[in-house]
Amino acid sequence: MELKELYQEIILDHGKAPRNKGKCKGYTHDAQAYNPLCGDKVHIYLKLDKKKNITDMSFEGEGCAISLASASILTDTLKGKDFSFTKKITEDFLNMVKNKIKITLNSLTEDQITTITSLSGVQKFPMRVKCATMAWHTLLSALDNKKLNS
Amino acid sequence: MDIKNIKSEFPIFKQKINGKPLVYLDSANSSQKPKSVIDRISNFYETEFSNVGRSVHTLAIKATNRFEATRDIVKKYINAQYREEIIFTKGATESINLIASTFGEKYINAGDEILITELEHHSNYVPWYFLRKKKGAVIKFALVNDNGEVEIDEIKKLITDKTKIIAITHISNVTGAIMPIKKITGLAKEKNIPVLVDGSQGAPHLQIDMQDLGCDFYAISCHKMYGPNGLGILYAKKKWLDDLPPYQGGGGMIYEVKKENITYAETPTKFEAGTLQTVEVVAFAESINFIEKLGIKNILAHENEILEYGLEKLKKNNSINIIGNPKERGSVLCFTIKGIHPHDVATILDDEGVAIRAGHHCCQILHDKLGVPATARASIGVYNTKEDIDILCKAIDNCKKVFQI
Repeated sequence: MELKELYQEIILDHGKAPRNKGKCKGYTHDAQAYNPLCGDKVHIYLKLDKKKNITDMSFEGEGCAISLASASILTDTLKGKDFSFTKKITEDFLNMVKNKIKITLNSLTEDQITTITSLSGVQKFPMRVKCATMAWHTLLSALDNKKLNS
Repeated sequence: MDIKNIKSEFPIFKQKINGKPLVYLDSANSSQKPKSVIDRISNFYETEFSNVGRSVHTLAIKATNRFEATRDIVKKYINAQYREEIIFTKGATESINLIASTFGEKYINAGDEILITELEHHSNYVPWYFLRKKKGAVIKFALVNDNGEVEIDEIKKLITDKTKIIAITHISNVTGAIMPIKKITGLAKEKNIPVLVDGSQGAPHLQIDMQDLGCDFYAISCHKMYGPNGLGILYAKKKWLDDLPPYQGGGGMIYEVKKENITYAETPTKFEAGTLQTVEVVAFAESINFIEKLGIKNILAHENEILEYGLEKLKKNNSINIIGNPKERGSVLCFTIKGIHPHDVATILDDEGVAIRAGHHCCQILHDKLGVPATARASIGVYNTKEDIDILCKAIDNCKKVFQI
């Protein structure tokens, strides 16, 4: 039963066909992370305007279904969103996965909430929490990591 | 004891994992412990415990005798020439670090070559890498062939006048390849090059006879031999131990300590600084006793039967790619499933009570070469049965169901 919560349709779909994969054109910020324990890699690319709103974003990475789906869902949810929203949703996401607190952001559509919440299945698999959170932590680093020549 | 029913000797199998009987296929990582070893640990703590080699009271004498008895038992088991050739360490990793550090300090200089292979576990590469950084030594990697083994000619080709040591695994923990150690030590002897064998995977499965293998150093991981955690053994020829500088400084390893000068104890004490793992050493005698009661040859024959059965079954499954095809394979089955990452495989298998390992198994060099970031590994121990393999295969089918492929 719990396994089904972990590998929900939405996750399998994003894991098999991740959205926004590659290096987005004209990215201004980026960050990467690597989990030496399992070998998962993620590299987040952001195109930010002066107010750090995300005008475009993408990712490169390799890893398990959970880590790929998480990165894919992240980019799908946050593309085009402003800075404060990005910060808030990332905080909420990490809170959901680690502390089981529900996401209640008003500006998300019901579909988006369902999609993000699909990743909460990792709560019951402590060894897999990092798979779900790595992309989000990397996003936070990327927001502060301006590309040198941009 | 009957090898077919040996699971009953291991208390861990009494429990259910996720409501299913435990199918433990992670022995290359660490083996489970028979009751005799577990009992010896509590029994020693309850009736005989004291620190060894220091005090003169009754318990200290008892504990010291038990502790040193294991040294004799190991000496006999691996057919070392002298009991002083057995050094207790905290694991095979420390055993290798001990040699890399002390041998490296005395004998390895800029431009000298250390010959290892692409099969090596990080524990038999990183310590040598330290020497490359510190001393400017050169590390040469003998390449693996398409079958996941390193051929003797590949090693022969890389030996030069600058080769100072050959450090090589006994069995690959990824491809399962059993290395031709005797041929390698034969080659090395011609050039007077010492050979270190990482026996982490070799010692639990093969008969290990130091006189027959002819190596200078052999690293053993006791927790992979049905023994206690936190204990390893370094076998080293006495001529080396007498010659090499000490590894760590502290109590026990000294002869006389003065403000102006310190002299060191004799081998093996010189290499055993501080309080060692008293109970683990004592209980390891029971691990060897367990192996000897069954007979290592019988254990190997049993494990090979399970391994062959597993190989055959996995080969029949079209979505599975088996890593390595060595002529001689030891107890390891690494594989990938098309379209499912090994970590997802491990989680889904766990749901069926099947414990395997997923990842690079501390062999990143080899995984880079194989072109995969991670693999799933089922590894066999004495307690595994054909039924375990059947359950593994069913659980693999379940992975495909979960992933809808």
